[in-house]
Amino acid sequence: METDSATAVLQARGIVKIFGQHRALDTVDFDLRTGEVHALLGENGAGKSTLIKILTGAYQPDGGEVLLQGTPVSFRDPLQAQGYGIGTVYQEVNLLPNRSVAENLFLGHQPTRWGLIRRREIDERAAALLATYGLEIDVRAELSEYSVAVQQIVAIARAVELSGKVLVLDEPTASLDRNEVDRLFEVVERLKSRGLGIIFITHFLDQVFRLSDRVTILRNGRKIGTQPLAQVSTTDVVRMMLGKDVAFDHHPTGLSGAERGIPRVTFKGMGKAGRVAPFDLTLHEGEVVGVAGLLGSGRTEMARLMFGVDAADQGSVEINGRAVAVKTPAQAVAAGFGFCPEDRKLDGIFGDLSVRENIIIALQAKLGWFRALNRDEQIELAGRYAEALDIRAANHDMPVKLLSGGNQQKVILARWLAIDPSVLILDEPTRGIDVGAHAEIVRTINRLREEGLALLVISSELDEVVAYSNRVVVMRDREMVAELTGDDVAPDVIVRAIADHPTRQEPSA
Amino acid sequence: MNRSLRPLAATAIIFALAYAAAIWQFPGLWSTRVLGNFLTDNAFLGIAAVGMTFVILSGGIDLSVGAVIGFTTVLVATLIMWGGLHPLVAFAIALGVAAAFGAAMGAAIHYLKVPSFIVTLAGMFLARGGASVLSPDSIGIKHAFFTTVSKTYILFPGGGRLTVIGGVMLLVFLFGIVLAHRTRFGSCVYALGGSETSAALMGVPVARTTILIYTLSSTLAGLAGIVFSLYTSAGYSLSAVGVELDAIAAVVIGGTLLTGGYGFVAGTLIGVMLQGLVQTYIVFDGTLSSWWTKIVIGALLFMFILLQRVVFSATAPRRKVTWKA
Amino acid sequence: MNTRPPVFPSPATPPPIARPAGWASVLLRPQFMALLAVLAVNWVLFPGFFNITWQDGRLFGSLIDVLNRGAPVAILAIGMTAVIATKGVDLSVGAVMAIAGAAAAVMVTSGVPAWLAVSVALAAGLVCGLWNGVLVTFFDIQPIIATLVLMVAGRGLAQLITEGSIVTFSDPFLIFIGTGSVLGLPTPIVLATLLMVIAALIVRRTALGLLIEAVGVNRSAARFAGISARTLLLLVYSFAGFCAALSGLIVAGDIRGADANNAGLWLELDAILAVVIGGTSLLGGRFSIPMSVLGAVIIQAMNTGILISGFSPEFNLVVKSGVIILILVLQSPYAARLVQRKSAAPTSKGRQP
Repeated sequence: METDSATAVLQARGIVKIFGQHRALDTVDFDLRTGEVHALLGENGAGKSTLIKILTGAYQPDGGEVLLQGTPVSFRDPLQAQGYGIGTVYQEVNLLPNRSVAENLFLGHQPTRWGLIRRREIDERAAALLATYGLEIDVRAELSEYSVAVQQIVAIARAVELSGKVLVLDEPTASLDRNEVDRLFEVVERLKSRGLGIIFITHFLDQVFRLSDRVTILRNGRKIGTQPLAQVSTTDVVRMMLGKDVAFDHHPTGLSGAERGIPRVTFKGMGKAGRVAPFDLTLHEGEVVGVAGLLGSGRTEMARLMFGVDAADQGSVEINGRAVAVKTPAQAVAAGFGFCPEDRKLDGIFGDLSVRENIIIALQAKLGWFRALNRDEQIELAGRYAEALDIRAANHDMPVKLLSGGNQQKVILARWLAIDPSVLILDEPTRGIDVGAHAEIVRTINRLREEGLALLVISSELDEVVAYSNRVVVMRDREMVAELTGDDVAPDVIVRAIADHPTRQEPSA
Repeated sequence: MNRSLRPLAATAIIFALAYAAAIWQFPGLWSTRVLGNFLTDNAFLGIAAVGMTFVILSGGIDLSVGAVIGFTTVLVATLIMWGGLHPLVAFAIALGVAAAFGAAMGAAIHYLKVPSFIVTLAGMFLARGGASVLSPDSIGIKHAFFTTVSKTYILFPGGGRLTVIGGVMLLVFLFGIVLAHRTRFGSCVYALGGSETSAALMGVPVARTTILIYTLSSTLAGLAGIVFSLYTSAGYSLSAVGVELDAIAAVVIGGTLLTGGYGFVAGTLIGVMLQGLVQTYIVFDGTLSSWWTKIVIGALLFMFILLQRVVFSATAPRRKVTWKA
Repeated sequence: MNTRPPVFPSPATPPPIARPAGWASVLLRPQFMALLAVLAVNWVLFPGFFNITWQDGRLFGSLIDVLNRGAPVAILAIGMTAVIATKGVDLSVGAVMAIAGAAAAVMVTSGVPAWLAVSVALAAGLVCGLWNGVLVTFFDIQPIIATLVLMVAGRGLAQLITEGSIVTFSDPFLIFIGTGSVLGLPTPIVLATLLMVIAALIVRRTALGLLIEAVGVNRSAARFAGISARTLLLLVYSFAGFCAALSGLIVAGDIRGADANNAGLWLELDAILAVVIGGTSLLGGRFSIPMSVLGAVIIQAMNTGILISGFSPEFNLVVKSGVIILILVLQSPYAARLVQRKSAAPTSKGRQP
């Protein structure tokens, strides 16, 4: 530790952050050296963004301390952190799309004479500054007229100009093409050689290996390890991200050999340009198909196409052999689909509505305006499913927002069971919920399979996927790259399928 | 062309064409006299619209300006006629009251986290009610200063007059243009309209800027009230009813995006002039009735809202970028 | 309807339910308290306030007058409630009132039968509402901006219909709508009550109310749950237009003429205020039509109180702004935090091990 603090520009010691009952970060250590690119990896909910927010002053830690060049610091807000030398560039560029590039670089620091902004000087300085990043553009044009890549570099230039010790890049490459990524990496290399410490957050593993010197991996709010990237393989990294003892914890469930029912739904050549490459998939009665893949691999996008949230631009859907149109969620519901979305709060629950109403809403929408479920029917339905899923609520007339995350998830599950679905799509059904609810949901998935439902379950918990899936499809780079059946439904096989990159040779296999 | 310039260019072209068409039909419209009257008759609207431009640029709306104008006319009238104050003293007091009023609304919008239309709605009720409490009846203002001001003007060739109040409006526009485009405050206003989150992260003092924006709007509405009292030589609590809608229309027709972030103060001047042109045309025509003004303004408003929808929702044109190796 | 699921055999245990709120708790709501307070003040100012007399086959009295004068805003508020519940707002209802009044007045004075004139006026309101709805749903324009267009142009349209003059009429049916009586009660009260009961029954007996609330609470989740918000929004804005037209007919009938300039002037703001006083949040979601009507009655009771206490009617505006400020402060995040802290303190203590 002592030797670390000599070279470390930014250090976190034993950081704890608690939201409600949930420990988002549990005694996490982290250190960033000058002149290094340090990748931060982890699935959604692993604690990456919480850690970054603490390092950049957006959150205050509940325990532990942050040291800047060996001195303990405490930031009131990101603005103050910036004053201390820590700049952040977010994926959603936090600049002003409606203002000129030059103004975005100098807002709040414009040189003035007699209270009037010296625009020519700003434009000249902006052009000169961007030239050092290899960018020659008209700095008087609106920022939004440039591609995201240029906006990223403008954001980096502003952050470096105003801070200059540490640069945090949060998913900077998420919406860039290959050429733009190359340009961005050149800029990052240049800043690294200038001695900046750079934290790089991404879900593209190949980029981590290309750009970074060290990697720190978080899972479920804990630090799994920090490794020099020269000493680890992609497979090692995926293993650290996805499962505690993935390689050793494999116990065949006997499901993989189970007999399939008749085909329930078939997706043929379904895809959407730029989102998901065309894929074929058939879900059978009494079958759970697991979907594995890292964040950003196209797993959620696939589910959204299936449910009509995003309209596919090619392909078809057949249910029980008949072609059906699924262009909107309403059509999907009419066709007997149910979908528990990944972002429960944004797309799932109606916070101010009661537990009962949240359970019956999809059935009610399906029945239409005039066939209203009366109060007794609602109470009966809600009661039945709440009982079956063990939803813990003081009563069913309380707003659902007062329930815990696990119970909210069960409410959404109950909502879909109430429409008597034939196909159920679950996107990360167990993320961010407590252990008890977690077990209940896994139990429910197994029971539903026995009832004859066709299920598609997306999860980053490999142990869990293996435990309930008959088959597993693997997504990578917005493409379905493997379908694993039989004995291949095992964590180590899945890890290899996720990590396997055509341009990359694995040192160990 | 810069995206935000497009609605402005559309306004300018529409104004030029409409004016040309009007002149073609009524050659009498082409005179400095008509132009001078344009400025004088719309001075109060123009001044209020400058303040409204800043509010809308920041992503808000101010429904209280008409009421503040009405209140100010009554306040000025009572201070002069009943209080015996000199008009200039009365003006200073009125501007101070209006500024404080705007600051209070701005603070409420920021700290209570309520939509601006609700807060300024309360402000509208308060200002109209306050004016009526001061005096429910119209008060005529008789003062040597008022007579002097109304007789002071610059004569143009052709018999046109640039009156004091017309001149005040032009000065206010000049002030507004410099403030919006050449000061840090102006940058902050556009920043708030672009994205409040980003603005805060980039160090824009959100609370101070919000309060200042509404202070500016109310102060200018107060100035518009003073101009209105000079124009009519009276103070009446129900004067300038609905001016907030005219001001909003002028701002939007002038090319400012109603959701904030894009626009020009100079465009608002064209918006005001376009409204003035419609009114003058209707007067010249004689057979058309005054309500056509509202319908035409409404149609223009609709057209520009749609135009902005098209211009700003289309994916932005990507500029060419030169990367140095 | 087949609600029997194949999954999970039904357990017969009774589900935990809260008892439906009784009348007592409804009457203890702050809105009722506020109304009682206002009425009490009125009674102190004017001891005869609660006197109701029977004359010429109808009821008279200050209380009846409050309800009668409050009816137009109450009707507007019924439509506005549905709009606000979807997270929208309709600024054009005042202008639509003027349009409907003008249309009916011009038609009856030119010999069109009253029933047809009234139907056309109501249809005009529906069309205006539909226009707003189309702008909001298909052009995806923010409600406040979309309805601003008609707010600006609507009065011009109304003046176009009346050709700028105040069109007076003597058609008995229109006058009956504004000033007549049914079973001793003024027609506006009867119409407002009927509309309130019918609208409340429709939204609560069908699934409309729940679906509107769902869209207002979380439009994205509504989409995921298979609710098509577009049709709902069109319906809601059209209904608000219809209510505005009905209200416009009452106002026209009351003064026996259509005044395109002043009919319904600023009433959209009163309607919004009534909805907010009734407890529906401007951020959409939970709504109650009867509570909004109660809000309208509170506003009118204040108006009447100010009149009988001898203040000028404009003093109303000051009081109204005071009420808005009070509500805003009470609903602000600071107040919410204060309340939370107070109510959280004892329970958290109790939970500590």
